[in-house]
Amino acid sequence: MIWLAVVTASLGCYLLKLAGVSVPAAWLEHHAVRRVALFLPVAMLAALVATGLFDAGGRLAVDYRLLAGMAAAVVALLLRQSFLVVILVAAATTALLRALT
Amino acid sequence: MAAYAGAFGASFGAVSIASGLDIAQTMVLSLVMFSGASQFALVGVIGGGGGGLAAIPTALLLGARNAFYGVPITRILGRAGLRGPRRLVAAHLVIDETTAMAIARDEPDEQRYAFWATGTMLFSLWNIGSLVGALASSRVGDVGALGLDAMAPAAFLALLWPRLRVATARWVAAGGALVATLLVPLVPAGLPVLAAAPIAVVAGLLPRRRHEESS
Repeated sequence: MIWLAVVTASLGCYLLKLAGVSVPAAWLEHHAVRRVALFLPVAMLAALVATGLFDAGGRLAVDYRLLAGMAAAVVALLLRQSFLVVILVAAATTALLRALT
Repeated sequence: MAAYAGAFGASFGAVSIASGLDIAQTMVLSLVMFSGASQFALVGVIGGGGGGLAAIPTALLLGARNAFYGVPITRILGRAGLRGPRRLVAAHLVIDETTAMAIARDEPDEQRYAFWATGTMLFSLWNIGSLVGALASSRVGDVGALGLDAMAPAAFLALLWPRLRVATARWVAAGGALVATLLVPLVPAGLPVLAAAPIAVVAGLLPRRRHEESS
């Protein structure tokens, strides 16, 4: 099942890129459609953050150590740190709190 | 930029393994999908217990924006630059970073160079990074003790952050997070994330506010 998802989604994503440089530009220049495509990552990435934090196997629960890791990530982002620093800070904070509690 | 791409790739490799994919699956994603947000989303949905069937549309909806980057890239590379097999290669490199680097230049020659140089460099380092991250992560036994399960949500947050400069985008993000959270107890894993997509559709179709035009 994982292989099916990996192969299908990979080919699909490539075909989307190929369509972008192949179809007439006029097809893609509808302003509203373009805005939808740019908002999709915003809505879905936010949903992925939320489910990553609050989904405990189909019920709502919060692991406050994960939440603290996310708060640390926000601080790193506000300090304009790089991608790697942000996720390492999150992982280290969560790991530290797990070791202590 | 080079260090960024390698580190970004390594974090993807680590998150992918921690989400339950193997090294081969991780590398197929980095080689063939080659689009950071879609890759993180796919492994995030699988790692969250969502089946492959929910992960596929999630990755595709996130990848849809790459098609729209094709418009400026086609203009920059021109008909001649996209002839035959070159189109197949160029298409693969149309992502956030290459588009941003290319359109930031003024001269057509520099734009073309920026596209190809950024694209080949990112592709190489992203894949090397993915492999290193995946190999390192697969040697770790206890994912929780090292806080590796915090890496996926932190990665999503870091990918989301630069897209929040526009006020409308902040509303879309809040709406997406709220809908997904409310649906967690009600629908199978993977679907809460997909259910956030209609919010983007509604926001995109609403009349545009006057001072919002930096996306």
